Amino acid sequence: MEHYYQPEIECASREQIRAWQDERLVKTVKHVYDHVEYYRKKMDEKGVKPEDIKSVDDLHKLPFLTKDDLRDAYPYGLLAKPLADCVRIQSTSGTTGRRVVAFYTQHDIDLWDDCCARAIAAAGGTREDVVHVCYGYGLFTGGPGLNGGSHKIGSLTLPMSSGNTDRQIQFMCDLGSTILCCTPSYAAYLAESICERGLRDKIKLKAGIFGAEAWTEEMRHDIEEKLGIKAYDIYGLTEISGPGVSFECSEQTGMHINEDHFIAEVINPQTGEVLPDGEKGELVFTSITKEAFPLIRYRTRDICILSHKKCSCGRTHVKMTKPLGRSDDMLIVKGVNVFPSQIETVLLNQGYPANYQIIVDRVDNSDTLEVQVEMTPEMFSDNVGIVGAREKELVDALKSMLGIYVRVRLVNPKTIARSEGKAVRVVDKRNLYKS
Amino acid sequence: MTVKQISVFVENKAGRLAELTDYLNQHGIDMRALSIAEAEDFGVVRMIVDDAYKTSCVLKEAGYVVSITPVLAVEIPDEPGSLYKIMKILGDGGVNLEYTYAFLTRKKNTAYIILRVENNERAVEVLGKQGIHTICQDAIAGL
Repeated sequence: MEHYYQPEIECASREQIRAWQDERLVKTVKHVYDHVEYYRKKMDEKGVKPEDIKSVDDLHKLPFLTKDDLRDAYPYGLLAKPLADCVRIQSTSGTTGRRVVAFYTQHDIDLWDDCCARAIAAAGGTREDVVHVCYGYGLFTGGPGLNGGSHKIGSLTLPMSSGNTDRQIQFMCDLGSTILCCTPSYAAYLAESICERGLRDKIKLKAGIFGAEAWTEEMRHDIEEKLGIKAYDIYGLTEISGPGVSFECSEQTGMHINEDHFIAEVINPQTGEVLPDGEKGELVFTSITKEAFPLIRYRTRDICILSHKKCSCGRTHVKMTKPLGRSDDMLIVKGVNVFPSQIETVLLNQGYPANYQIIVDRVDNSDTLEVQVEMTPEMFSDNVGIVGAREKELVDALKSMLGIYVRVRLVNPKTIARSEGKAVRVVDKRNLYKS
Repeated sequence: MTVKQISVFVENKAGRLAELTDYLNQHGIDMRALSIAEAEDFGVVRMIVDDAYKTSCVLKEAGYVVSITPVLAVEIPDEPGSLYKIMKILGDGGVNLEYTYAFLTRKKNTAYIILRVENNERAVEVLGKQGIHTICQDAIAGL
């Protein structure tokens, strides 16, 4: 039997959803135009007035917002409420120079928690369940989001946060966790650890809600089989609120977008033209209920396909595919956003040439990041200790820029593969984006 | 008096050293001594060759990162205690040794050691005071 958290909303008629969207969009656009100078300037530049936006049909008239806008406006430039009305911030993974800080009023947090509660209910969660949250707690939205959703459902919530696998498994056994929330790679790791310890019979898990990174169907089957659960995908981004922007239902054929809060569009990333259902393009979100940090036509850079086909679960909200790729060169490694340009900056600062290759792989269900750098006469010494110390400095500088360990491999000059005279910068061996 | 050591960066990958020595072979380079220092992912190949200039050109041409390092070479009797004698002189003279390696040639009862020190002039002076003389590049080429 399908569980819902807010069935009257989740299964509302398309007309009703459309009516909510029309009304909330008009209100949000007027609010940001009146209260946020950044939006006012952008809209004026495009010659759009709030009066021009009468319904969702007019959405395409509004300018796009990009991650660069968020960076330009950092920290308060897009704030649509007085700071005194805000109660929380969350932030994207610590990628220097691209950090995004999102603000929340209490109302914003309530609605975000509702979104996560819908995801937990869709995975079968009720107040009888024990929800084991091992997403990180802190600036990352994963932990706080699922934690809030679980509270809304009334489930017993285990705010485990990430790491300490022994303790995770012990709590899981002792307290009978039934729903696991974490990244898919950590779920796979936990599954292996549980099987290795012969504790499969001691756990009571029935479902998992896994997101914040790309994963394949193979990985889903592997986790489901090892843990004897049903594994559900969840999608979200800090800019828009966090996890729960969309979530999977029992059909497991895409994620329902919470359309009463977010309007989704798919566009051609080159031209900005809005694409019809079924066509692959860049996902764009407009948040229509956010108070503190509403984003209008925010380009996610995630490539996916929308579908309004009727779903067997009874929900009427549009479904999106898992992200099928990125329209920029961003990599997500261990849940952290990595741009090749950041790596290039570090290399240049450390005296290495901008001749490099990034190799991303997944070993034992955990992401690895390797940077190959070509040796130069300037960086070379007959003393292996000196070369090693320079290499170590580079590793440290990369770690402080990206927040994750990067393996550095020094290679002979001119050995990095080039195609048509241009170096191939990124080799992603994970094959995560199979559609 | 110093000799020119060729230092080459080599990735730690199967076949890399074969590739390097093949280049040397193709260009008729005669090696006197070889030593490799290894780190996790790479190594530094150090060589004393008959023609340092030609070797460095050949390898640079082939795309290697090469440096020429002036090091000291000392001829010692091939018998127990001779290396100790040199080390003791350097130690007593406060000369810090970065690395060293030794080799034999066709010359009977004689060994050679290569010394890489922080300060070549100081080392030459300390050794000279004890009657130990370093040999020059031409002498190495003729061995």
